[in-house]
Amino acid sequence: MSHKLTETKDLTDDKVVFGLWLYILSDCVLFAGLFATYAVQHGQLFGGPAPSQIFDLQNVVIETLLLLTSSFTCGLAVLFAFSEGKANSTNKVVAMLGLTLLLGLAFVGLELREFHTLLLNGNSWQQSGFLSAFFTLVGTHGLHVTLGSLWMLVLMVHIYMRGISTGNKRKLLAFSIFWHFLDIIWIFIFTFVYLFGLM
Amino acid sequence: MFGLLTVNAFIHGPIETFGQLMVVFGALAVVGSITYFKRWRWLFTEWLTSLDHKKIGIMYIILSILMLARGFSDALLLRGQQAIAVGPGTGYLAPDHFAQIFTAHGVIMILFVAMPFMFGILNLLVPLQIGARDVAYPFLNNMSFWLTAAGGMLINLSLVIGQFAATGWLAYPPLSELQYSPGVGVDYYIWAIQIAGIGTLLSGINFLVTIIKMRAPGMTLMRMPIFIWTALNSMALVVFAFPILTATLAMLSLDRYMGMHFFTTNLGGNAMLYVNLIWAWGHPEVYILALPAFGIFSEIVPVFAQKRLFGYTSMVVATIAIAFFSFMVWVHHFFTMGAGADVNAFFGIMTMVIAIPTGVKIFNWLFTMFRGRIIFTTPMLWFMGFLVTFTIGGMAGVLMAIPGADFELHNSLFLVAHFHTMIIGGVLFNFFAALTYWFPKVFGFTLNERLGKWAFWLWIIGYSLAFIPLYVLGIMGATRRLDYVDASSGWHILFVVAAVGACVVAAALLCQALQLIVSIKQRNHHCVGNDPWNGRTLEWATHSPPPVYNFAVIPYVHGRDAFWMQKEAVAKGHVPTEPKYEDIEMPKNTYAGLFIAGFAFAFGFAFVWHIWWLAIVGLVGVVLTIIIRSFNENTEYTITAAEVAATERSYKTV
Repeated sequence: MSHKLTETKDLTDDKVVFGLWLYILSDCVLFAGLFATYAVQHGQLFGGPAPSQIFDLQNVVIETLLLLTSSFTCGLAVLFAFSEGKANSTNKVVAMLGLTLLLGLAFVGLELREFHTLLLNGNSWQQSGFLSAFFTLVGTHGLHVTLGSLWMLVLMVHIYMRGISTGNKRKLLAFSIFWHFLDIIWIFIFTFVYLFGLM
Repeated sequence: MFGLLTVNAFIHGPIETFGQLMVVFGALAVVGSITYFKRWRWLFTEWLTSLDHKKIGIMYIILSILMLARGFSDALLLRGQQAIAVGPGTGYLAPDHFAQIFTAHGVIMILFVAMPFMFGILNLLVPLQIGARDVAYPFLNNMSFWLTAAGGMLINLSLVIGQFAATGWLAYPPLSELQYSPGVGVDYYIWAIQIAGIGTLLSGINFLVTIIKMRAPGMTLMRMPIFIWTALNSMALVVFAFPILTATLAMLSLDRYMGMHFFTTNLGGNAMLYVNLIWAWGHPEVYILALPAFGIFSEIVPVFAQKRLFGYTSMVVATIAIAFFSFMVWVHHFFTMGAGADVNAFFGIMTMVIAIPTGVKIFNWLFTMFRGRIIFTTPMLWFMGFLVTFTIGGMAGVLMAIPGADFELHNSLFLVAHFHTMIIGGVLFNFFAALTYWFPKVFGFTLNERLGKWAFWLWIIGYSLAFIPLYVLGIMGATRRLDYVDASSGWHILFVVAAVGACVVAAALLCQALQLIVSIKQRNHHCVGNDPWNGRTLEWATHSPPPVYNFAVIPYVHGRDAFWMQKEAVAKGHVPTEPKYEDIEMPKNTYAGLFIAGFAFAFGFAFVWHIWWLAIVGLVGVVLTIIIRSFNENTEYTITAAEVAATERSYKTV
């Protein structure tokens, strides 16, 4: 047990993981810029629909649950990777990552469906300042989830090929920090865009 | 097949054609001479693919000097136009071309001259001063350099194919929107800055991790050289500020490419939103450049005053204070927006407050010199020049921080004079000093002092002639970016003086080029040891030029001015123990950074001209190269202890 803790501590102290935290910080600033823009632009309707007319809370709640569950399964993957070496640990980690990937892709699918419905009803990003800011903020998060999914896929190949080496543990830890971060951004989008928009 | 790209993109007016030919023939001359001297293999294996921070630093500075040639040519064209386009004369530049040139001048000087120069110095110095063997992520470092270079190439390509933005260096909307700038100029602007900006952000993270995680044992935060402190704060600003730039330019491109309404004049767009966002990056950007520049003099002044730096702790506090306040002053760039008296008063006061920590630094340097035995080498002359010009420019800044005064001076040549004083006097002079001071560390021989002093005096005279008239003109009411001056204004003579000043600066730059050539020719006469200036910090503890691993044995740091303490201990009779060498792991060279930047360049070019298949190729190329690189576990090689010992012996026999 003590051995496990020291190894975890070594990796959280690792310079790659630390650099990833700094990247997350910079990404937070990027989203801060987009949130600030949304705050300025969300009332600029110019004949287009208001937030309350186009948001579908049911869809958003399902999206939220999918993403939060994917964070849980991602956490399980880390837990399996860092627990004492059992014979099938690699398979477990890959399986959990696979589950996370499916949940992430389902989230992206639902978001794309939401966008598609908006476009079908003529509510494209060209309609108003509000819709431009909405599509950009939510879309940038969606793009992050998509890139995260690609990262996850590559990571699964790494773990499948080379097992749970220290290098792969570091990669997994870095990835999981990124994935949890996407959750946090989503919570803010859920609150400030969707819930406030429906109020 | 080629999107918007047609033959017309290559056809320009006579002056533009000259620029076009300069770029093409310049490129051909470089390619030709490398082929003639059969240096391609050497160039690629020794330099372009190198992950050695010292070589990357040198490449950054070469990039910066090349771009300086471009940016300064632009400046000469602008000064010439303003000197002769008066009364009946209309000058040689059409209004649209004039606008492209002042845009390119600003973008190039800040983002492709000052920034690469700063990262060059950081690359050369940070690992050496903290007693490390390389930066935290050597591969990322190489990639960042190539992304910056790709951005610079994109800007120069706009000379040959198409045109550049004619919007001013920050591309304010609505002018930069598709409705008013339908050409590809703004798109070149966006993609050049986006690609280089990602490189800068990654470098920021890289150096932040390097400074926090890789200092030699014993080097606590309060034992770091002040240059490292300023680099740390500057890089923190990069991490906080550059994502704002990325987001802002991304929104501008969404407006242009997808018809969104962030900053348009219709359907809910808000141009002032852009202006606020871009300055939330742009103001910290000034300090990203200025802080390391201050750090340079905090290293140079103690060495040449032959005294310990005065007020180390207050220097650290002042640096952090400047970094903090740099995010609270952005509105002073547009007091005229109409935010109201309360908001303007707040930002005006914040702007004046930032002068306090800066003043602390000035006084600390002065007290360091006080009762020191000052050696007037070229770096010290640059310091004196900096002190005077920077203080004058700073006072002009505090003057403009008063919103009432700013309403008069906004958009005038007074402002242009102010920020040129800050960037030339407060950043460029510092970099020149750094170049002279650390040159013997990097190359093993000193630069010619005589020509260096000539260059300094020509710079000071030229700079004064070029910019003092602009202060006067600004107060007389001349606005910036004029391509024609009415004869009745009485401004003509001052514009002529400014043009003469620009020519003197050109002579100063030639002097510096000559200094470099002469110094290289006479290098055998100017070879110096590891410690030519009687230095105080760790970079002087290793060889000149340093071996690839920097330090054969990682030094232990007992206090500030670590190398000075080592020398003192030796002077007191302390005999250093025979070093015990160990195997050293160093990163292998790689082509991956070149490939990624190459694909990114293709991606940017494709987006400028709407060549969508090429954009997909570029994007897939970038992603695939990163993935393939991630599977390469064989990225390091070992230098054995015996090889280290042999290298160290070879230095002793020289």
